[in-house]
Formats: sequence, structure tokens, C-alpha cells
Amino acid sequence: MAKFTSLKEAVADNLRDGDVVAFEGFTHLIPHAAVHEAIRQGRKELTLVRMTPDLVYDQMIGMGMAKKVVFSYAGNPGVGLLRRFRDAVENNWPHALEVEEHSHAAMANAYEAGAAGLPCAVFRGYKGAGLKNVNSNIREVVCPFTGETLAAVPSVRPDVTFIHAQKANRKGDVLIEGIIGVQKEAVLAAKRAVVTVEEVVENFDDVHPNACILPNWTISNVCVVPGGAHPSYAHGYYIRDNASYVEWDAIAADREKFTDWMNKNVMEKDETVFASRIENLKGAGK
Amino acid sequence: MSEAFSPDEMMTIAAARALGNSDICFVGIGAPSAACNVARLTHAPDITLIYESGTIGTAPDVLPLSIGDGELCETAVTTVGVPEMFRYWLQGGRISIGFLGAAQLDKFGNINTTVIGDYGAPKTRLPGGGGAPEIASSCGEIFITMKQSLRGMVEKIDFFTSFGHGSGGNHRQELGIATKGPTLLVTDLAVWKPDPVTKEFTVRSLHPGVTREQVQATCGWEVKFADDLGTTEAPSEQELNTLRDLKARTKAAHEGQAA
Repeated sequence: MAKFTSLKEAVADNLRDGDVVAFEGFTHLIPHAAVHEAIRQGRKELTLVRMTPDLVYDQMIGMGMAKKVVFSYAGNPGVGLLRRFRDAVENNWPHALEVEEHSHAAMANAYEAGAAGLPCAVFRGYKGAGLKNVNSNIREVVCPFTGETLAAVPSVRPDVTFIHAQKANRKGDVLIEGIIGVQKEAVLAAKRAVVTVEEVVENFDDVHPNACILPNWTISNVCVVPGGAHPSYAHGYYIRDNASYVEWDAIAADREKFTDWMNKNVMEKDETVFASRIENLKGAGK
Repeated sequence: MSEAFSPDEMMTIAAARALGNSDICFVGIGAPSAACNVARLTHAPDITLIYESGTIGTAPDVLPLSIGDGELCETAVTTVGVPEMFRYWLQGGRISIGFLGAAQLDKFGNINTTVIGDYGAPKTRLPGGGGAPEIASSCGEIFITMKQSLRGMVEKIDFFTSFGHGSGGNHRQELGIATKGPTLLVTDLAVWKPDPVTKEFTVRSLHPGVTREQVQATCGWEVKFADDLGTTEAPSEQELNTLRDLKARTKAAHEGQAA
């Protein structure tokens, strides 16, 4: 049953050194505030799972928290490459990073298989693709009915998943709207789940019967963090801060600049700063 | 005769023309996204544009910066989860055209967006495949658009992110891939189509004012030209205006979003 707690408490209670952790949100509702709290708490040796590592994993990798990253697209969307991720892969800075690379189809299937309690995902994919040769977790199975050769990958079963959502009701049920990505699957695949939300409302009586709702008993902690997805966006609340994504490219390009930025904007702050970051972005995201 | 246009504009417009009103198109970000939306705003108003973020039948007023911008969801017929996108819609065989860009491309339409150099010790680590490996094998056919350069169009790609025609001929069928693969390449200089037998990309038309030498000078493999080599029709005023308005709206919208 979901507990309403502070983000600090939720991260301390649910994220441990060495965990397999997914911070999900596919180009929308990216849980930046939760990632920043994990950085402040200094967790180590994490296996970071995420389809699109994005700025959040660039930051965690640059801060030396990642042992391994499992992913399918390591870019800064609309801008270019991830400089900290690159520095880790190309130069082992701040230390070597193990990489398990998939396609989106494989990752999406692997989360779904995790949510379904299956050990692996089976799909038609990776035909002629080079990843098969460099990732031993991409294998083949033969359909027992048709003889067709299909791709198989292990399911994703995180120790803990973090997501950001628009709202929770008083009981701790969570509503996700807009581009819903793999958040539902990532939560249901995990042993523990933490959700940051923009706000808490009395009830979901006015919500469409087929809306994407995670019942409170699928979630460990709910934390109210307005603006907690910034510079990503929250559909209906605030728009994407594209300028921040562009600025990140220059910040992450330089180790010293990066460390300095992380100190000023993450280490010396807490989650309450996110509300102020979206002040100029509200209203247009409808 | 229409007014002056840039090679980039010609590329986007030539790519847009290849799309039809009844196509169901899986849209890659960047150049493909511009071409698909120009098609929608000119001759193909009913084209279905799908982005991998789960937005089906989207009609954005400005070009998205990422494949998951809010604009895509707000204007879509429906938005589904990412597993459903890849399972029911892409793998299910409901998409007629996949439109991709490429960092590195070879003459058989194989694409690399993963690494430059060796995978284990890369010179440059690129973002990776994202949805492309399965887009390349599950869509009915594949259109590719990219600017020509010696770095981009190479004899041998460093990594097979997305399989095109492999080493040519029937390589796709040999691997059990039933879809057509790359059937069109539009660059800033020319329109290319694969040879029906070898599957090697062959230049079918040069954009207005472009020479064979220019195409060869910016391509890392020995270029084949069709016997009946033509000239790409110059952009019409309507096509150019549509593209320029779209770009201007996009620029204004994205600048306006700065905090």
C-alpha cells in the first residue's frame, strides 16, 4: 500500500547500493527530481535500466553511480549525444561502465515480460542487426508451433522503479496521462516502486474509465514534487524546457563544468527547487 | 519557375513527395519528420504519421524536437503505450513505410547509428538504434533521407544497427525478412533507388543544378547512375512556402519555450 512520504525518505527506503533500478518516462514525465535525490544520497554500483538514458543517466553516470547501463537509445533528444555517457564508454571516466544495449522493441518487450512475470520476452526482431553479436543477452527461440525463429531477451525485473506522474488521489492511486511510455510496465515489473506526482487530488471520480491508473497497492511511496519532471514535461501542467536540453550539451561536454553544475544545481539543492523551475513553462502544455 | 531553394529544402521536399495520402508512416526524428509533415501539409493530408512514443495519427503544427513532444500527443488520433506501439502496430505489420535518417549508410541501405570504430572500444559512441532495428525489418518498406558526405556515405559501415539489403541481392529473404527494406534514398543532391537485382542504390535523378561529380565527391562508394538519369522537379512555390512556414513556426515555438 502506497505511503505518502518525502522524496528523501522514499529514496532512502527504496534505493540501495547495487540495485537494479529503472527511472522511466519515455520522452515525457522523466523523473528528474527522483534522480537528483538519488544523486544526493550517493548510491553506488547501480545497474541503471532505461530505454532512453537521456540527461538523467548522463548525470548519474558522470557522478560515478553506475556499474552498468541497460538501454536502447543513449541520446539527448533533439540535440545530439550524451557527453558523460560517451566519456564513460570511450574513456572510462569517472570509471568503466558496463553496457547492455538493446533496441526499443526489445526493451519494451522486456518490461512487459517483467510486468507479466515471465522470465523472458519473445518477439520478431534483431533480424540482421549487429547488436546480436555484441550482447549475449540477445538470443533466439524457435516457435514450437510454426518453426519461426524469434528473438528472445531476458525480462526486466528492477529492484525498484521510479516514475513521475500527473496526480495521485488521497488513497495513493496514481494517474498517468499523455505519452504513457513504459511506466506502467516498469512499475509492475519492479519489486518496489516510487512515484513522484505534480499534485494530490481528492479522488479520480472525473477520470475516464480506461485511463492509465496504477492502484495504490502497486506502489511503495508517493511523493508530491511539483515540477519534478523538469526539464522534461508533464502533459497538462508544463511544457518541455527545450533550452535546458540544449544547454546540457555544453555543460556535459566538460568534466569540470559538469561537476560544478551538479554541485550548484543538485548537491546544494533539494526537491523543492523544481517548482520554481517550471514557473515560466506552465499553462502552455495543454 | 520557382524561386531559389537550398539543397536541404530540395531534400525535404523530394522526400515528402514520395509519401502518399493512404500511407501509414513510422517517422524518425530530424529530416524524416520534416519531410513527413510537409507531405501531410501539401499533397497527403490524410497520411497517418506515427512516432515511436506511441502517438498514432499525429498532426503537429510545429516540428517536434523529440519523438515524444506534447504536441504529438495533443494532435494524435490516439496515444498508446510504447510496448503496444512496438508489438501491435509495428511488429503486427500495420505500418507501410518506415522513414529513417542515418549517421552512416552503405550502398545497400544498411544503417549505422551505434558507434564509429570498434563496438568494444569506440572512437565515437553514437546514441544507438532506438526503434530503428525493428522499424527496418517490420515496416512494409523503408525510405531513408540524409545529407551526403564522405563521412556519412561509406563503403563499409562500422556497425549494422539496422539491416537494409545486407550484402545485396536476396540477403533479406535469406535471413527470413519478408518486408521490402530500403526502396528510396533522398539526399540533398539526388534521388536514389535500389537496383532491382543487386539492390545497390542507384541515382535516378539529380536535383536541379547538381552534377554527377558533386554526387560522387560526397559519397564514399563508387556511384552508379541510372541509364535514364533524370532531373528532380524543382520545389513548387506551395511546397517551399509550406516547408518554410513550418520551419518558422517551429523555430518560434521552440525559442518561445526557453525558461
